[in-house]
Amino acid sequence: MDAEAPKPDFAQAPAPGGALFRAQGVGVRRGGDWLIRGIDLTIDPGEIVTLIGPNGSGKSTTAKVVLGLIRPDAGKIERAAKVRVGYVPQRLSIDETLPFSVKRLMTMTGPAPEADIRAALARVGIGHLADAAVQRLSGGEFQRALMARAILRKPDLLVLDEPVQGVDFAGEVALYELIRDIRNELGCAILLISHDLHFVMAETDRVLCLNQHVCCAGTPQSVAADPEYRRLFGPRAVEALAVYQHHHDHAHGPHGEVIPLRAGGDPDAHSHGDGAVCHAHHEHDHDHGPHHHDKDVPDDPAGATDGQ
Amino acid sequence: MVSDFLLHAALAGIGVAIVAAPLGCFVVWRRMAYFGDTMAHSALLGAAAAIAFDIDATLGVFTISVLVALALLALERRGGLATDTLLGLLSHSALAVGLVVMGMMTGIRLDLFGYLFGDILAVDGRDLALIWGGGAVILGLLAYIWRPLLAATVAPDVAAAEGMNPARQRLIFMLLLAGVIAIAMKIVGILLITALLIIPAAAARRIAHGPEAMAAIAAGIGALAVVGGLAAAVQADTPAGPTIVVAALVLFLAGLLPWARLRPGKETEHG
Repeated sequence: MDAEAPKPDFAQAPAPGGALFRAQGVGVRRGGDWLIRGIDLTIDPGEIVTLIGPNGSGKSTTAKVVLGLIRPDAGKIERAAKVRVGYVPQRLSIDETLPFSVKRLMTMTGPAPEADIRAALARVGIGHLADAAVQRLSGGEFQRALMARAILRKPDLLVLDEPVQGVDFAGEVALYELIRDIRNELGCAILLISHDLHFVMAETDRVLCLNQHVCCAGTPQSVAADPEYRRLFGPRAVEALAVYQHHHDHAHGPHGEVIPLRAGGDPDAHSHGDGAVCHAHHEHDHDHGPHHHDKDVPDDPAGATDGQ
Repeated sequence: MVSDFLLHAALAGIGVAIVAAPLGCFVVWRRMAYFGDTMAHSALLGAAAAIAFDIDATLGVFTISVLVALALLALERRGGLATDTLLGLLSHSALAVGLVVMGMMTGIRLDLFGYLFGDILAVDGRDLALIWGGGAVILGLLAYIWRPLLAATVAPDVAAAEGMNPARQRLIFMLLLAGVIAIAMKIVGILLITALLIIPAAAARRIAHGPEAMAAIAAGIGALAVVGGLAAAVQADTPAGPTIVVAALVLFLAGLLPWARLRPGKETEHG
C-alpha cells in the first residue's frame, strides 16, 4: 500500500523577511514520544542548510515538516507563497512491473520540453541514460536521475535527503560538487540532510546538528567547535568532521571519467590533483595535532579512486 | 454468420477489456491485486442489495464496492492487523454475506452461477450502452488524473511534496475500480474480474517500454482474449466467462516465450 501523505499546506502565512520557510518551536509526536521538539529552522532563498545528526535524530522528520508531508503537533510554521519545491527522497524503489525510463521519470510531476530534459540529464552527467529503464540504474546513477528530475522543475527550494547514500567515496565527492554547482546555477535554496559526519560541504551556509532538538547550529566550522556537537558525537567524530572544500583540478563522472573543472582554481590544487577530498584547516586542527596524520590516511582514497 | 447475441457479447467484452486494462495496470503497479479481488467479491452483496432495495444492479454493485474499499481504508488506518489479513477478512466475508443474503431471497429466481462467473451471452442493448457509456466516462477520468495518479504510484511523498495530492488520487482510483467491477460483473462474473484486470497487464509488461504503452497493449491483449475466448466457448460449448480468462492466460503464457531471440541484431542496451 502506498504511504499516507497528507496534503502539503502551501497556503500558509508568507514567511516574513523574505524567508522561504520558517519553523519556530516545531515538534512532531508519534505514539506519545516526541520525534522532534523545539525545532527552529529558517531557510532563506539561495542558501544551503545542512541537517546532520545520528540515526533517529529526526532529520527526515524535520525535512518532511519542511515539505509539508507531516503536520507538526507543536510550534508554528510559515511558508512563502508559491514556493516551487524539488524533492529528492532518501529512498525510492520503483516497482519492477512498471516500465519506466529515465526520461519518463523526468516528467513524473509535471511536463517539460524535450530539450530541457536532455539538458538536465546532461547536467548531472547521465545524458546517455535517457532511455534506460530506471530499475537498471546503479545507485549513483539513480541518485543523479532523481537530482536531474528535481532541478528540471527549476525549484526555489531543493530538498535532498541523504543524496550520497549508496554512492562510493569518489561519487560522493562528485555529488557534493554537483550540488554546489546546482545552487550556483539555479540560485535555489537547498536543504541537505546527511548522517555522514565526515563531510559537510564548505558551501553550506548553516549546519543544524539535530538530536530530537537542535543541539547546535551555525557555520560548519563553528558547529565542529561546539561543545554540544562534541558531546553528541564524541571527540572521535570531531576529529573526523572534515569540511569538504573545493581543491580539485578535475572531478569524476559516474563512470570514473575525468571531468576538468574551471581554470584559475586554488593553487593548492596541484598537490591534490587526484580528486581526493581535502581537509580544511580550521582552528580545531590544533586540538588533535598528534592524531592528525593517523586519520588522514584512511580518509584519502586517492590511489583507489584514480586508477584510470 | 455471426448471430446478434454473439456480436453483442463480443462488443460488450471488448468494451470491458479496453476499460479494465489501464486500470489493471495500476492494480499491478500498486500491488493491489488482492484489493481488487476484495472489491469484486463484495459485488455479490451489491447485487443482492440492489434486488432487495429494487435499484439498478450496476449502481448497487458500485456502491457496495466503494463502501468495502472505504471500510478497508478505515481498518487500515486503525492499525493492529496487517493489510493482507484485513483483505482476506473483508474479501471472504463480503462474498459469504452476499451468498447468504442471496439465499434468503425467496420468490425470486436468481442465476447465482451468472453472478459468479458471468453471463456474457445474455448481454442486451442496455448493457452494451452501460458498458460503452460508463467505460468512456471511466477512461476519460483516468486520462484526466493519469499523471498525478502515476506520480502517486511511483513516489507518493515526492508527489505530495511537489504539490500533488496522492490521497485524493487513490480515492478517485478506487472509485474508478468500483466502476469497472460494476460494468464487468456481467461479462466474467465477480470471481474472475480480477483476472481481466491483471492478466492482460501482466502479459503486456514484457513488451511495453512505457506506462502508457503498457496500458494500450494490455487493452489489445484483453480484447483479443475476449474474442478468442468467446469463439472457443461457442465451439467447445464451455462457459464463456472462464473461457475468456483462459484465453487471456494463454496469451500471457505465449508472451513468456523467448520472442526476442527471433529478432537477430537487437541487443539490450543496459543489461
